[in-house]
Order: sequence, then C-alpha cells, then structure tokens
Amino acid sequence: MADLPLINLTIEGVSLSVPKGTLVIEAAKQAGVMIPHYCYHSGLPVAGVCRMCLVDIEKTPKLQIACATQVAEGMVVNVHGAQAREARKGVLEFLLINHPLDCPICDQAGECELQDYVFQEGRARTRYTPTYAKRFNPVEDFGGDVLYVPNRCILCTRCVRFMDHVAEESILNVSERGDRAYIGIHPDRRLDHPWAGNVVDLCPVGSLLSKDFLHKARAWELDKTASVCTGCSQGCNIHLDTRDNVVVRARPRANLEVNQYFMCDHGRMQYRWMNRGDRVEAPLVAQGDELAAVSWDHAFARAAQILRGASGRAVVLASPRAATEALFLAKRLLARFELTAAFRVERVSGEAPLAGVPNLALRGERAPNVMGATLLGYAEQFETALQALNRSAVVLVVDDPLDGVSADQLRAAGHVIYLGTALPDPARAAHVVLPVANVAEEDGTFVNRDQRVQRYFQAKPAPGMARPAWWVLGELLAELELGGPFGSAAEAFAWLAAEEPRFGGLSYELLGTRGAVVPAGQPAGVSA
Amino acid sequence: MGYPHNPHPKEMVVLSQYFGDAEARTYDGWVKRGGYQALEKALAMEPAQVIEMVKESGLRGRGGAGFPAGVKWSFMPKEKKKPHYLCCNADESEPGTFKDREIMRWTPHGLIEGCAIAQYAIQAEVTYLYIRGEFTEPLRIMEQALAEAYQRGVLGSNAMGTGKRLDMYIHRGAGAYICGEETALMNSIEGRRGNPRIRPPFPAAYGVFGMPTTVNNVETLASVPHIINRGGAWYKSLSLSHPKSTGTKLFSVCGNVKRPGNYEVTMGFPLGELIHEVCGGVPAGRTLKACVPGGSSVPILTREEAESCKLDYEGCVEKGTMLGSGGLIVFDDSADMVYQIMRLARFYAHESCAQCTQCREGTAWTVRILQRILAGQGEQKDLELLLDLSEQMTGKTICVLSDSCAAPVVSGIKKFRGEFDAYINGTRRPRPVLVHA
Repeated sequence: MADLPLINLTIEGVSLSVPKGTLVIEAAKQAGVMIPHYCYHSGLPVAGVCRMCLVDIEKTPKLQIACATQVAEGMVVNVHGAQAREARKGVLEFLLINHPLDCPICDQAGECELQDYVFQEGRARTRYTPTYAKRFNPVEDFGGDVLYVPNRCILCTRCVRFMDHVAEESILNVSERGDRAYIGIHPDRRLDHPWAGNVVDLCPVGSLLSKDFLHKARAWELDKTASVCTGCSQGCNIHLDTRDNVVVRARPRANLEVNQYFMCDHGRMQYRWMNRGDRVEAPLVAQGDELAAVSWDHAFARAAQILRGASGRAVVLASPRAATEALFLAKRLLARFELTAAFRVERVSGEAPLAGVPNLALRGERAPNVMGATLLGYAEQFETALQALNRSAVVLVVDDPLDGVSADQLRAAGHVIYLGTALPDPARAAHVVLPVANVAEEDGTFVNRDQRVQRYFQAKPAPGMARPAWWVLGELLAELELGGPFGSAAEAFAWLAAEEPRFGGLSYELLGTRGAVVPAGQPAGVSA
Repeated sequence: MGYPHNPHPKEMVVLSQYFGDAEARTYDGWVKRGGYQALEKALAMEPAQVIEMVKESGLRGRGGAGFPAGVKWSFMPKEKKKPHYLCCNADESEPGTFKDREIMRWTPHGLIEGCAIAQYAIQAEVTYLYIRGEFTEPLRIMEQALAEAYQRGVLGSNAMGTGKRLDMYIHRGAGAYICGEETALMNSIEGRRGNPRIRPPFPAAYGVFGMPTTVNNVETLASVPHIINRGGAWYKSLSLSHPKSTGTKLFSVCGNVKRPGNYEVTMGFPLGELIHEVCGGVPAGRTLKACVPGGSSVPILTREEAESCKLDYEGCVEKGTMLGSGGLIVFDDSADMVYQIMRLARFYAHESCAQCTQCREGTAWTVRILQRILAGQGEQKDLELLLDLSEQMTGKTICVLSDSCAAPVVSGIKKFRGEFDAYINGTRRPRPVLVHA
C-alpha cells in the first residue's frame, strides 16, 4: 500500500490522506468515525446489501454506500448528516419488522450490532402494526458448533460469503426471495468445516449461535482478555472471555499477519482445559513417602538446597505449551550443569487450512510454543532425555503431563523438581512440586511457527498459591543468586532479550498486542 | 397465442411489419423480405462505423432506461484485450409488457440479425440470448431460427461467408423478474443466483464472466437492422416531438381497452390518441381513469395527464412518469386503484431478490399496509407511513426494484387519495384479499 498515491479527503470534518483505492468505510475508521454497517466486514468480499452504511458524499446526487465507494480527491463525506441518518433509521426500522424482540433470551444481546445501532440511532417505537405476522422459521442445527435462528437473521450474508470465499466450501446460500428469504444449507451437508465456527463471530446478530456457548453467559458479564491460541503452532490471536474467573469461550482477535479475523474450531475448544479443577494449589515437598504442602519459602529453600548440592548432568523436560520466559529461565537455572533440554509435542498428520487466507491452518504441531522451545535450544528428543535421567543429578519438569513416563523412570535421576499446573501420578516421585499458573492465569509469550513472538495476558487468577512459572523460577534463581527475582513477566522477558541474541531488541512494549517476528540469525526487529 | 391485429392506419409499422406473417419466421422467408442484408452491409463496415451509425440514429434503449444504444456500445474497450460479450435481454417480465415476446414469435431472424450486427460492432465473440423462462413458444421459435441461422451460415466460424466468427447461445431464465436487471442477468448466465451486482464496475468493464459486456433489450437490437438498411438519418427523422426520442416504439396495451395488443407508433405519438383511437378506447359506457405508460414500475398518470402526454422519453418525464418499457396499462372508472396498486406491490414483494434491506422488507410491508386498508382496517396515518416507506425505498438500493414498487404507490396515493380515504373512513365496502405477499 505504501507506494500507492495518497488521496486527500474530508470525513465528518476530519481531513486525512489515505492510499488510492481505500474504501470510504475504512478511511472513516482512520478519521475516528465509525460508519454503522452490517454486511461489510474487512475480512470478506464486499456485498453492499445491508445499505446501513449509506453516507452523504457532497456533489453526488444520491447517498452512497461507504463499503463499496472508493475515496476520491477532495471528497467530502458526511456520515451523520440529516439525510444519511434518516436513511439509516429507515434501514433499522426495516430490519426490525421481521426481527423478534427477544433480546432478553438472546445470546447476542450486549454484543449485538442491531441492538447497538437501534439504541444509537433507531426509532424509539415501531410503526409496524403489531397484528402483522413476523417471518417465522424454526431453529435449525447447521451441524458443527453452529445453530441457526432464522427469525433473527438480517440476511447480511456474511456467513455465506465466509463459506464461499474464505473457507471456499460453498454450502450456505440465501434461499427463497423477498422477505421470505433465509440462510439455507446444502441438503446433504453439515457445517462441519474445521473453521466453520467463524460464522458465529461474523454474524452481527444472534442468528448464528455457538452450541458450546449457548445460554452460558450474558455478554456484559464477560471480561475479555487478549491471548494467543494454544491449539497449534499457528499462534492465532484470540480473546479469552471469562465470567467469574471461569473461561467461557475463546474468540478470534484480529491480526492481519497471523490469523486475520479467524480461528479454527479446534482452537475454540482449547479453553476447556484452562478451567480444570484438579490443580496443584500449594507447593509440595517430599517428606518420607508423602508430599507435604508447605509455604513457598520452604519449597524454594528445599529446591535450592537440591540444586546447590548437585552437579554433573541435568535434564529439563519442558512442555511446548510453557511460556518462552519459563523455558528460558528453566535453562538458566540449570546453566552450570551438563544440560539436556528436551520437549515433546503431539503431532497430527495433515493440516486443516483456511483456504482463502494464505499461510493460515490448524497445524499438525499441536502446541503453541514449539518454535520458542527450539529457538532456546530445546530439542524434540524426549525419549533420549528420558534415557539420560539415570545419569543425571537433577531433572526439572516444566509442566509436561508425564504421560507414559513412570515414577521409577523419574526416580532414576538424583532429584526431581516438578513445576506443574496439575499433579499427574508420576510427578508424585518429585522431591519438590512447584504449582504454576496456566496460560489463562499469567502473562507470557509464545513464538509461533513463523517465529513471531506474541504476548498473551492474564485472564483470571491462578488457583490457590499457584504462581506464574516466570515468578517461581525467578524466585529460585534469586535464591541461588543466579538472577531474578522478577516483578513481572515483562522483566523476565527483558532478561531473556538481553541474554538471548535471537530475541535481542525485543521488549513487551515493542511486542504490543500483535507481536513481532524474530529475524533469522540477527537481532530481532519489530514489524509494522 | 394468437395472431396479432391488422395494423391501424395511425401506426408506423417497422418492427411489427411481419407480425402475423408465419413465413417470415423461416430463414428463406426472412431473406425474401430483405432479411440479413443489413448484416451483410454491417460486416463490410468497420465496427466503429456501425456504432457511429447507431449513434446518429438516436436509438435509445427500449428496455426501460432509455440510454442511447450507440453510446452504450462505445463504452466497450476499443482495444480488445479480453473476450467481449453481448447479452440480449429477452427476460421480458415487466407487468404489462409483452412486446419482446411478439418480436421473438414473429421475427426471430430479425432479432438474430440485430444481435449479430451489435455483436460485430462491439467486437464480441458471443451473444447470449437470455430468454424468460415462461416464454415457451418464443423459446421454441428462437431455437429453430438460431439452428437455421447456423445451418445457413449466417452465424458460426464463417459468418455470412466473411470468415468472421459470430456465435450465439440461448440461455433460458428460470422465472425471476429480477433477472431482467442487467447485472442479475449476467449472474444468472454465469449460473449464480440472479442478484443484481453493485456498480461500479459497470458491465462494459466487468460484465458476464468478468469480461467487457453490453446488455441490450430485444426491441433495441431488433431495431438495429432497420437503421443499417435505411440509415441513421432516416431513423432519426422518425420523431413527432423531441429530437432526442427517435424511431418507432412498440407499446403493449392492456387493461380496460377495447383492442388490447401491441401497437407500433412513431416516437412522440399522443398517448390519448393511442388509447382512444388506435386501441378503440375504453369499453362502452366507461371513462378513462388512469394509465401506466411504461410498465408497472413507473408512476401512474391521471386521465388528464394521460390525454396530454406525448409518448416519448421527454414527454413522459414532463408528466412525472417514464416511457419505461412501453407497457401501457389502462384503467377505466371501474378500476379499484387501491387494489390495483396493492396487486403491483405484491408483485414486487414476491420478486425482490432479498439483498437490500429496504427492498426485502419494504416491499412486503407496503403490501401488508395496502391489504389492511383494503380490509377496511386502515388509518389515515397508514398513508403517511406508505409515503415515508416509499421515500426510504427510493434511490437507496443496488437496483431499482424497490423504487419500482414505490413509484405506483406514491403516485397512486397522490393522485387517487380519495379512493384510499374511502376504504379508511368506511364509505367503501372492505374488499377481501388474499392476505399474503
């Protein structure tokens, strides 16, 4: 876009210059003006059907739709002039005549664009005679996670265009004509495309609903936190929605460099394990055959005692779901040992691409931070590392679930320190158990498969005494006078950036909410 | 379908000269009547010369919009980089219009010839003849004529022996009125749902299959051979009023007249004369109340307006209506205007493609209000509401279908308010209507 000539125009009195070819609706966003719209979506081809974005452009005889009109030199756009407002009021009134006023039982209420715009600039009362019938069609299960409530549909066709042009699996259409129209589905097909759940987010009203989220929470009760999906190594940007400190759903967060506006259905369901109840809530140390709950200070003292007294070989078994900070600090903690750092990752054959978006797929590598681990020198050689245990003085486990690993295997090492969110059976062989927060409970970073370092934010408190791994490891490092402690994930990351050349120059501030790519073999810069 | 009437002396018979002459449907019969000479002549000219000649004639689109045909053709890229297409719009579905049907029924070769000339002028490889789904007889006749035209070497890889390639295919519609809108027609040809497209891009830049395309009405294209044969100046001289309305125009007259049918008159012919003399006037004992001159989409005229209206593009605009497609619907004093307007609105509500909000919801709402008034349950404020809705439905959508629904409603309320009032205040007995759109 940078080499396109700039066009000067005025929108609602704000003068601005935008590249040639920009749509008025996008230019308005840059001028700080939100033009109401339904069918337009930056991630979909323009339809121009809802007629909600009609604006008054000086020197044109009729109102124009901002979503299909390109900027022109000297153009003067009035968004909130009397004519445009009247037209939008008209559209809102038309949309409501066949729309049930069932907001009190509608999942979309509170985040409904119809509700919002009607309150913003619609009529206070309808002129539609109450005895007239409203269009009625029964609720239909489209398959996958999607439920269609045709009565609420405003026929914006975003879902149809998503399936046609983004998923490239044309199984939705507009069926019938006139006010009898509804969204139809191919009679022999289900909406089970791996990315089909996006139609629920795209729907501006409560017509396409998630079965998983159905009647679970009201939109205004939700706290939204920027996060990164843990479903695979793609690193889709997401929002975690929580209510009363329980994650209730995940939704895509726009990042044009990674996932545009979308996330896959597999990723959507990842929030479930974030709420698991069987968590370790207190530090534990081995006393005889038992693990006893102790204070953090006691646990740190014991762990430090182990580390001080050991020498020779050590092993880190890390989860590629752990934060980059934790992976870095774990290695620093054992820096004076002859260290084997390993991870394992679930690999599924085949990817599920979103056809219409380049380089976007549910990847076979089902963990978010494989690249982070790799960049920090962890090897995907879990079995080799297990075999090295009997020659090792210490094994530090960083939230690997230890599936298929026996307690005896772990005991082969001199000492076992286990950092984990839960306590799988083999972990009972540990000398010290340090409870840590999961992805929803801490700040941290993941590095996606394209080497983009991305931050995620704390969405809910950790249970009991569990703390973020960067805090736990920082305290332990400080105890051993090797570094730390850290007051925040940002401080931990700053140390990482200072020590690891591949992360050089990066900081939480620079990463922001969109992340930055680590350039190959040189200090990292920040992409625009 | 029967045979047409014998021409009235006041008619100016050009397009309809062979209506009713079954022999003219065949290739031999058509050639005997001077057919395909114009095509031969045109193929010997440069495409630009053909366009110039049509521009000179002043021929304007007969489908409703009245855009100058030669100018439209000249929008096609001069330097050909992609395939060009011509679409002949034979999806004649405007209520009250049935002229293209007769052109296809009686002079199929005349239409093929016109298409071939236009196709050559805009340098198109292919013409698509988009024929309305319900037109079974015209379809059969056109298919026969097209096969014959290929057999006789009019079309194909060596069209008229000139070595030029001219191909023509018939595409049958499936019964949607909206497919007569040119961009919906192109979607329909492509096999998509017949929804109008947003413009720009315009068809001349991005038309059917994304290629430069011109869409012309049947009557427009059928007029072209006559212009080539007799010259642009001759065609331009056919005008009784405004110099920008030239040639002859077919009017499909229906409703309360003694002799309904297709009548061809010179542009600028008085509307009153067409109704009262040429068509024999309204039935005995009745008086003219109103008429719609250009198909159901245009504003209604009162008797006074109709009797002083000149039938050309400018004359109709002067009376606040449009020449449209030339579908003349006549109402005598027995007509219930409220019912008639509801009936028209119901057509549009049924045919709305459902894309634009105002049209999808507005047309159906309009019908419900009109039905409520007819049922004797209307209120005065319903009329204000109808006008307000019509305002919202005008000039705000992708195509003009909702404008077309609003036009008769607005003009009807304005000009025949008394009839609406009679239903509302109870002086007229309620009329049972089928209560659904």
